Amino acid sequence: MTSHAMNTDTFARHLRQDGMTFRIGPFWAHIRSALHGLASGLHLLYDNNPMAPRQPFCDFHVTITTGEGFHRFYRPQARFFFNGHMPFKPLPLDQALALFEWGLNWCISSNAHQYLILHSAAVAKDGHAVLLPAPPGSGKSTLCAALIHRGWRLLSDELALIDLDTLEITPLCRPVNLKNKSIDIIGEYAGNAVFAPLAKDTLKGTIGLLKAPADSVARMNEKARPAWIVFPQYQAGAATRLTDRSKAQTAMEVGDNAFNYSIHGVRGFDALTRLVDRCACYDFEYENLDEAIDVFSGLTP
Amino acid sequence: MTAAQSTLAGSARPPGSPVLSLAARLLRDTATASGMDLPDWDLAIQQCRRAGVLARICHRLERDNLLDRVPEQPARHLKAARTLADKHGRDVHWEVRCIVRALKNVDGPKILLKGAAYVMTDLPPAAGRMFTDVDLMVARERIEQTEHELIRHDWTHHEVDAYDDIYYRTWMHQIPPLIHRLRGTVIDVHHTIVPETAKPHVNARSLFDAAIRLDGYDDLYVLTPTDMVLHSAVHLFNEGEFDHGLRDLSDLDLLLRHFGKDGDFWAHLADRAAELDLERPLFYALRHAGRVLGTPVPQSLDDRLQQTRPGPSHMKVMDALLDRGLRPHHVSCDDRYSGFARWLLYVRAHHLRMPFHLLGPHLIRKAWKKRFAEE
Repeated sequence: MTSHAMNTDTFARHLRQDGMTFRIGPFWAHIRSALHGLASGLHLLYDNNPMAPRQPFCDFHVTITTGEGFHRFYRPQARFFFNGHMPFKPLPLDQALALFEWGLNWCISSNAHQYLILHSAAVAKDGHAVLLPAPPGSGKSTLCAALIHRGWRLLSDELALIDLDTLEITPLCRPVNLKNKSIDIIGEYAGNAVFAPLAKDTLKGTIGLLKAPADSVARMNEKARPAWIVFPQYQAGAATRLTDRSKAQTAMEVGDNAFNYSIHGVRGFDALTRLVDRCACYDFEYENLDEAIDVFSGLTP
Repeated sequence: MTAAQSTLAGSARPPGSPVLSLAARLLRDTATASGMDLPDWDLAIQQCRRAGVLARICHRLERDNLLDRVPEQPARHLKAARTLADKHGRDVHWEVRCIVRALKNVDGPKILLKGAAYVMTDLPPAAGRMFTDVDLMVARERIEQTEHELIRHDWTHHEVDAYDDIYYRTWMHQIPPLIHRLRGTVIDVHHTIVPETAKPHVNARSLFDAAIRLDGYDDLYVLTPTDMVLHSAVHLFNEGEFDHGLRDLSDLDLLLRHFGKDGDFWAHLADRAAELDLERPLFYALRHAGRVLGTPVPQSLDDRLQQTRPGPSHMKVMDALLDRGLRPHHVSCDDRYSGFARWLLYVRAHHLRMPFHLLGPHLIRKAWKKRFAEE
């Protein structure tokens, strides 16, 4: 069942009482919260995902509450609990949805060690995936958002889940986390982009959560094989340029940016080097999104 | 949480025995797993994660050839936790090498305590144990030099204000934790196993005299089996930190079962407890390891500890508190008194640590600072 069949009020009531369970990529997440703003945001962003009031087994049990004591009223807060434990400090109440997104990313990256988890966006076409690993500010999410509105399938915006044996990427297919100017850029670029209400003045500026395309969500059980690793760099005034990148350097950087590379020890090293070996590796400078999309259309596995 | 209630209440138990969490029942007997359905596992994984025993249970299920029969979804969590704990184990080996190198100019024995000692001597609690720090004990007169050498080798004090610093150095049995600048690893340096002001007066000298040198090292030691058990007991039952109470109780259970295979161990344990003034913590350790995890204790030892047994009403209160403190701190294991019980255990631990005229101002100061820190 998806929440199409459920209006926001019914959804909010479930969320408040026993919580709702969502299928998010390979995981079932159980979310409980009485915050109405959060309920409408979740309903908007996740209404294509399979969900149910109950599930025999959930991977992550999450509760989001208001602040304690006077923080209910004065500078109201949202608090994130995983398994009854609060891993981060509270955030202002109007950032509850962003807090949920970051919090669930944290749950996955610090527990799901059945995968090699890279800090990377990933999109796919015809079963072949591009990994876009990059530090914040490089335009990774912007490029990812543009690609998924021009025929690429969203696998993940933030965490690439790599199978340690087959190297296949398991889609996570969550909303794309856009910041500041990127929100307007993508709003204009993709006429049908759906955003949750913006969270302003967060640590990372204004956050706009872009809903994952329905087709990508519908296909979230379809794994993809990595074929390219592209390090994007948004540069104002830059010409669109795709240049080869050394495999050694790529392996170092992808490993450095992985969430659990070192946890896997030798197995992690083996998976990472095989991954880099099988992918074509590039640096990519861009400003113009249409030109960027053309370059990606030209990639052949 | 309907599944939680049905599971916990569903098992018949003799009067007076504690309500056991699924986590405790899995630790007690891995065969519990064969009777568990998916909703049971849903709850068990949460409890085990909270108590820090997920990886340990994975190792034990695997040892008993039961892991393959666990449904796929919970098995993924068990194995992922084991992957992480195995990494912790490798890191402890590496960290100990780094510490030994950093302290090569500090003379005299350096004794690894608790988790690091279990890993370096490959004792049963090592499998699947997670780490937040390495505990090391050096002689009191070497503690200043140890601190300087660690700082010279890139460890640093973190987030300790002037009050905490003085508190640690004056009243505690350790210096404030040191964190390594690059690796982010934490080391706690002690000079004895209970605070100076504490009720049990432990003669640290005799711990050093008995310690066992690790093969392949000049002056790296671990405590003797009896002292290891007594330290584990006093740490769990006198220090008031019950976040990983079940994990720590399981450490004790595994140590006792392992060392107890040697028939002389139990008599030595009772002698040593009397010598070190640690009979009361040992009594609680044996009682609660038995209640929760079914740890077998010979009747002879039970008899010897009768004098240290608290009076009937005292015992009732302590059972009520410890039964709650030693459950996983998960909502499915809490009843209406759990929060209060944990708070009383916390105050009790502080009271055991220092007399009331020191304790009052200290707790007020801590509560005040906590309030401020939230701003």
